[in-house]
Amino acid sequence: MQNSAPVSDDAHHQPATKRAPGSRKAAGRALVLLASLGFLLVALIQVLHTTGTMTAGFSDWRPILIAYLVWAVAFGAGQILTRGERGHRALFLLPAVFFTVAVVIFPTIFGLYIASLDWNLSSIEGPRFSGFDNLKGMLNDTYYWNALGNMVFYTVAVLGEYAIAFGLALLLSAEIRARKLFRVVFLLPMMLSPVAVSWMIGKSLLEYRFGPAATLARYLGWDNPAFFASPWMARFSIQAMDAWVSIPFIMIILLAGLQAMPKEVQEAAKVDGANGWQSFWHVTFPIMLPVSITVLIIRIIFKLKLADIVINVTAGGPGGATDTVSSFIYRVYRDRSNVGYGTALAMVYLLLIIVLLTLMLRASKRWTQKVV
Amino acid sequence: MAISTVAPNPIRKRPAAPRARRMLGRALIYAALLLWTFICLFPIYWTVTTSFKSAVDVTQAHLIPWVDFQPDWKGWRSLGLSPDTLFGTSTARSEFMNRFVNSIITSVGASILALILGSLAAYGLSRFRYKFAWMRNDDILFFFMSQLILPPVVLALPFLVLYKALALLDTTFGLILLYTLTVLPIVIWIMRDQFNAIPIELDEAAFVDGLSTWGAFLRIILPLAVPGMVAAFILSLVLCWNEYFFAALLTSTDAKTLPVMVASQTGSQGINWWSMAALSTAAIAPLVVVGIFLERYIVSGLTTGAGK
Repeated sequence: MQNSAPVSDDAHHQPATKRAPGSRKAAGRALVLLASLGFLLVALIQVLHTTGTMTAGFSDWRPILIAYLVWAVAFGAGQILTRGERGHRALFLLPAVFFTVAVVIFPTIFGLYIASLDWNLSSIEGPRFSGFDNLKGMLNDTYYWNALGNMVFYTVAVLGEYAIAFGLALLLSAEIRARKLFRVVFLLPMMLSPVAVSWMIGKSLLEYRFGPAATLARYLGWDNPAFFASPWMARFSIQAMDAWVSIPFIMIILLAGLQAMPKEVQEAAKVDGANGWQSFWHVTFPIMLPVSITVLIIRIIFKLKLADIVINVTAGGPGGATDTVSSFIYRVYRDRSNVGYGTALAMVYLLLIIVLLTLMLRASKRWTQKVV
Repeated sequence: MAISTVAPNPIRKRPAAPRARRMLGRALIYAALLLWTFICLFPIYWTVTTSFKSAVDVTQAHLIPWVDFQPDWKGWRSLGLSPDTLFGTSTARSEFMNRFVNSIITSVGASILALILGSLAAYGLSRFRYKFAWMRNDDILFFFMSQLILPPVVLALPFLVLYKALALLDTTFGLILLYTLTVLPIVIWIMRDQFNAIPIELDEAAFVDGLSTWGAFLRIILPLAVPGMVAAFILSLVLCWNEYFFAALLTSTDAKTLPVMVASQTGSQGINWWSMAALSTAAIAPLVVVGIFLERYIVSGLTTGAGK
């Protein structure tokens, strides 16, 4: 208990002088010990009850949650009693830590366990341990690999979003009138719920028969403007919708970067006689590179979560062409209610994301250092 | 840069041509701005106007009210929100209002919870030095931020199982917990930046005046951090309001939020566009208002740490 607790060292100010006296220390330790025992007892009763060894118990696991809360409060109080001023400081961080452990760390570890089960939630059978069967099934699941392939496309498409967003940010940082108005308007798509956008654009604007986009396409000479019929067209349509929603985010961050850029650099380039393109390519772009890489990485992180638009517009079709990993797992669960298999797929995906992001962070560090 | 030899400065020799080019450049800039304005606004315009259309106007792609077509309350009537049905009873409206209230409770609740947890942690990380096993302040911050990469799909199914055991499935409280975790990293990020911007001398002055650590935080620092809190709150509100994936998996009847309702209507309505358009308009309206009037806070929340 002692070592695992956050220890606040000397702060930048006010040394932690108020040490707790011995009796308070003992009281604090006793409190934490008591709370831990109580928590373990409640958990034990419930486990025995669920496995059927004991008849007494609770109808659901909610008391465990309450016991955890009580334990967390007792632990916080124990920190103050045993450590005085340092305990007060630890108390700032502890709520967020306990919350995160309860709702992120524990479910993720629990998910690793579920991933090894054959568990159909809608059948009465209950979970059955199946070891690596889910992973073996995944290797033969062409739809999953197809979804991963689509993610590569969606991720690469972030570069296109970035190019457009950079253009818009440059436009907004130019000397224009009504800049604030344009900024508000350009930001609006980001505010809209992707589900509403799925209907507004995917299901009505791009509708084959009456959608204005289809009418426009016919007028421009495309006889058969089916935006979701062929695999590539569907993929591009989904990507266009996602870009519509997310370009404002990239644009706003790039705009902030452009505005933070010292004006002298631009003027120096002008004095040197650089034209617009040259001053952009040799001055603005390199200076913006760190901001660009940061925003690209954040955007890719969010892109890897893409699901709602796909689920609501194409449900992955035609033939899985627009599937993202998330929308595919969502469908796997909806169709088969197999939590074990779905979780196994999700865990592999998480692993791939972690590897990818680690590589990207490594690489980006090198690039940004080269320039700056 | 050896560019000056390539492009000799023409401004002094011929002033007329560059002026024409400048005019052209400005025209191009405004053309591009207007084009993108159109791209941003047309889907919204289309949705709002479609909610006032009847079947004929939809199929014939009429666009401009009173010129192309006569607006009608049709879509809004089907939601029970048109002037003539507003004061009667309507099952559609009561369902809509129920979902709307659910969305408000969930997103406001999650944002407040995230703001409390996040501000405390951010203040601690900004002012004190922690040591947790091998983890220092930077590692702890990274630990919180790293949860951003977790795709919802990883947590969704374990949560389904856990919530079933905890009897939290289809409850607003369960949803609030999940939404809090999705926005907590962002809140911590924004608030830490905010606290770092407040000089540490203020804390010290408060200690001299005899305030405790918590007293200084609550009475002196927190009131100064209000701008950051507003930005973090609004940003989390937007993210929670629009969340669909968890809500679709974890709610069924009682705690359903607005996006789930919109999504469930999409498939079933067929060509009943006017009511879908009315529903979409009602679902996005609050955020359009937020986007127009509170844009400043959203931008300041998003750009925390950028350009430094």
